[in-house]
Amino acid sequence: MKFAVLQFPGSNCDQDCLRAVRNVMGQSARMVWHKEETLEPDETIIVPGGFSYGDYLRCGAIARFSPIMDAVKKAAANGQAVIGICNGFQILCEAGLLPGALVRNRDMHFICETVTLRVDNSRTKITAHMHDGELLRVPIAHGEGNYTVDADTLKEMESYGQIVFRYVDENGEATEAANPNGSVSNIAGVCNREGNVFGMMPHPERAAEILLGSDNGKKLFDSLLSA
Amino acid sequence: MKDPAITPELIDKHGITPEEYEHILEILGREPNFTELGIFSVMWSEHCSYKNSRAELKKFPTEGDKILVKAGEENAGVLDIGGTMAVCFKIESHNHPSAVEPFQGAATGVGGILRDIFTMGARPVANLNSLRFGPIRGDSPEAKRNRVLLAGVVEGIAHYGNCIGVPTVGGEVVFDPSYNGNPLVNAFNLGILRHDQIRRGAASGVGNPVFYVGAKTGRDGLAGAAFASRDLTEESKEDRPAVQVGDPFMEKLLLEACLELFEHPEAVVGVQDMGAAGLTCSTIETASRGGSGIEVDLNLVPQRETGMTPYEIMLSESQERMLIIVKKGFEDEVRRIFAKWDLDAAEIGYVTDTGRTVIKVGDEVVADVPSRELADDAPLYHREVREPAGLKELQSYSYEAEFPTSPAADELSQQWVSLMGSPSLASKEWVYRQYDHQVQKNTVLVPGGDAAVIRIETDGGGERFIAMAADCNGRYCSLDPRRGSMIAVAESARNCTMSGALPIGCTDNLNFGNPHDPEVFWQFRESVEGLSEACRAFETPVTGGNVSLYNKNPKCSIDPTPVMAMVGLIEERGHITPSDFQSADHDIVLVGGEGSEMGASAYLYEIHGIKKGMPPEMNLEAEVKFQNAVRAVIHQGMVKSAHDISDGGLALALAESAIAGGIGFEVDLSGSTQRSDVLLFNETQGRAVLTVEPAQTESLLQQLQDAGIAAQSIGKTTEAADLQIKLAEATLSQPLTQLKAAYDEAIPAVMH
Repeated sequence: MKFAVLQFPGSNCDQDCLRAVRNVMGQSARMVWHKEETLEPDETIIVPGGFSYGDYLRCGAIARFSPIMDAVKKAAANGQAVIGICNGFQILCEAGLLPGALVRNRDMHFICETVTLRVDNSRTKITAHMHDGELLRVPIAHGEGNYTVDADTLKEMESYGQIVFRYVDENGEATEAANPNGSVSNIAGVCNREGNVFGMMPHPERAAEILLGSDNGKKLFDSLLSA
Repeated sequence: MKDPAITPELIDKHGITPEEYEHILEILGREPNFTELGIFSVMWSEHCSYKNSRAELKKFPTEGDKILVKAGEENAGVLDIGGTMAVCFKIESHNHPSAVEPFQGAATGVGGILRDIFTMGARPVANLNSLRFGPIRGDSPEAKRNRVLLAGVVEGIAHYGNCIGVPTVGGEVVFDPSYNGNPLVNAFNLGILRHDQIRRGAASGVGNPVFYVGAKTGRDGLAGAAFASRDLTEESKEDRPAVQVGDPFMEKLLLEACLELFEHPEAVVGVQDMGAAGLTCSTIETASRGGSGIEVDLNLVPQRETGMTPYEIMLSESQERMLIIVKKGFEDEVRRIFAKWDLDAAEIGYVTDTGRTVIKVGDEVVADVPSRELADDAPLYHREVREPAGLKELQSYSYEAEFPTSPAADELSQQWVSLMGSPSLASKEWVYRQYDHQVQKNTVLVPGGDAAVIRIETDGGGERFIAMAADCNGRYCSLDPRRGSMIAVAESARNCTMSGALPIGCTDNLNFGNPHDPEVFWQFRESVEGLSEACRAFETPVTGGNVSLYNKNPKCSIDPTPVMAMVGLIEERGHITPSDFQSADHDIVLVGGEGSEMGASAYLYEIHGIKKGMPPEMNLEAEVKFQNAVRAVIHQGMVKSAHDISDGGLALALAESAIAGGIGFEVDLSGSTQRSDVLLFNETQGRAVLTVEPAQTESLLQQLQDAGIAAQSIGKTTEAADLQIKLAEATLSQPLTQLKAAYDEAIPAVMH
């Protein structure tokens, strides 16, 4: 499988994603500079984490104007898989490819820790190797991961199975205490209605090796490969 | 605007003594102008010239078979880690800026140390930090201020490190009234590079162009180096303009652009970051190292404010700037790479053979000073020393004399909880949760344990691991700076050892009070000698570091705080050992004996409010032997967890490993003839708690004993969520949840 990892000024998980796909998954991957304008029709696109443009205006707000984003929109319309992780999720929301927005964490602090996620839709391209209700241990690291969306849209997203991951406790319950950042309905990851554009705050690329604490994130890449 | 006349008042305001001014007249052969006076003042500040400390710093061991770039040669030292790979690391303070503006002060501290590392050609891969504040509990104005400082500093470190994408993998935070109003913020960074990627900061090759790259110059941080080289006072708040403003996004671009440029070694002659003393220090130091001269035109320097005078441009400490000496003919290559990253790259001058640094504005010469004399002939002082009055009396204190019997079990149990919940000993999760400690996908042991461990991927698909730990017990150092400093080295090395690493080198940050106070300088000298002796014993050369003097508040000087950051090497994945208990039914082995020393202990201080007594003995030979023996059994794969015994003694060490692992224990110390309080809380050095599978306990004990190290099995880990210590007369029993609550909640409870 061919992967394209986008690189914006200020991206800082670009190399991590590239290494996870190449070294851990053994797939071909290339880095795509944000000033480029084309993507290949058979590429799976990863929009990595970081602080694009320093996140100075609003996370992802400037990156969405980068030349490469037109190509990402075309690829999305073309049905190619697009996965935004952390800052990448924020960029895809800003670009209108995903519903909702990400605002400051509930307690206003940056949070870096490993959380438990529950798979709430195992029929997507990134969860095909998981089952509904499965629990994953995956790290988060963000200051603005508090997912927010209006009630009507949320209802609609639920009905289309667009809520992919939720923050839960060790029993799989989406409790307030298990919600690290205040996200509405404990949402950690979503997809578009068509099921090919994904956004998630947790970092699956950081959970791809037991050595680093968890390899649960590898299942996401395994799922993509089998899709 | 006309420059002010050079008067004795102006000279004094620049922190230049009459004798130093005489020396300036000699060097120049004439009176300096205003800009030149400014240049001398920052170059000869303690921060840049180490004029008060240099003579002492020569005592450090700096040689070793792994040294590729040694202390003092360049921005940071470089150590070989085998194969083609090397590590480059250094620690630096940003204490004064953080005292007046905690967020920006701490942020730019991180930014500054990062530049020191990537200037050397290395990619920064790990941050550590060592922080000190006054007490944060209570409603006093000091406590409130200390909370503001802690929150601001942590947020500043997080802001910079998280954004630039370098994980903050560990560190330490300690609270003591001596740091009221004068917090310590010491930032460490480690980078990796291949041997052939080492870059130097020398300007050579007459006619080679001098490029200014990165952020534009503004009026921020004017003469910050000079500001850092005097006492903090009430009026220091007015020095806020001397604090720089950090932009980690800009630095990220600068980092990537520089590393991309360094992939073309033929294009780069020398690199120097603009840190303390900005453009002044970078031009003069590169010229001095290259034995050359430099001529620059300030009209060509990118500026973000209008009407800046030459004095302001030369003394600005605007962040995220570098000076690059480019090989003639490669100018376009440099411009192309920096343009890709949307950064300024301005050719501002060229290398000459005059040996002088000449600053022009258009055709007008505004400063003309000899490079080498300014960099190397800074004044050197041998300060007066005097042992602090009353120190002997403090040292002679005996805990056992004041408290002839041990408290009863109930009280000991309560004290155990209190100690776990004292902010200095409690969990620092509130702090490190705000730091991205996993970006770059190499963090194997995360913050909270003995040492942080990261993976290094080597050429050809191999891997190695680097352990890092920063330590210093200021209380020990205040009561015996020599011994306390030896312990700082021993403890940082011990933390690396516990993770499975062999310590290979270190960097130190010497935080002290005003060097003109003979008692302070006595502490400084004792400390440097203690550090030197210990580094020799461990064969860990000092590869560089930082001196921060003038740390005091209106009431007192800070406790002497020589922070030692140790770097260790782990060759194999299987040698990496965590400090938390891994499973129930492992045997718990106490290595190094029961110990007995209560002087200067955390127990004495946190429970009784007493900061007296002699710190524990540090027998370096025995400590090295102990660490070698523990490392050997770790390398044989017998050890499931290893945690050193330090602040708070055995009781704290056991509880920390249990809490982190979520596992209980039953320990039996009833056979001991020692007083219970001493048994639980003494801080005798050279000790550790290991866990091991029962089948291997015998063999582990035998091996340690064969190596001449005391070792005894004292109990086992359990499924039960209780922590039990059986003593001769009673059993202490605490639910894991209760100790954990005290440990976890201490800092969040006051920080919200």
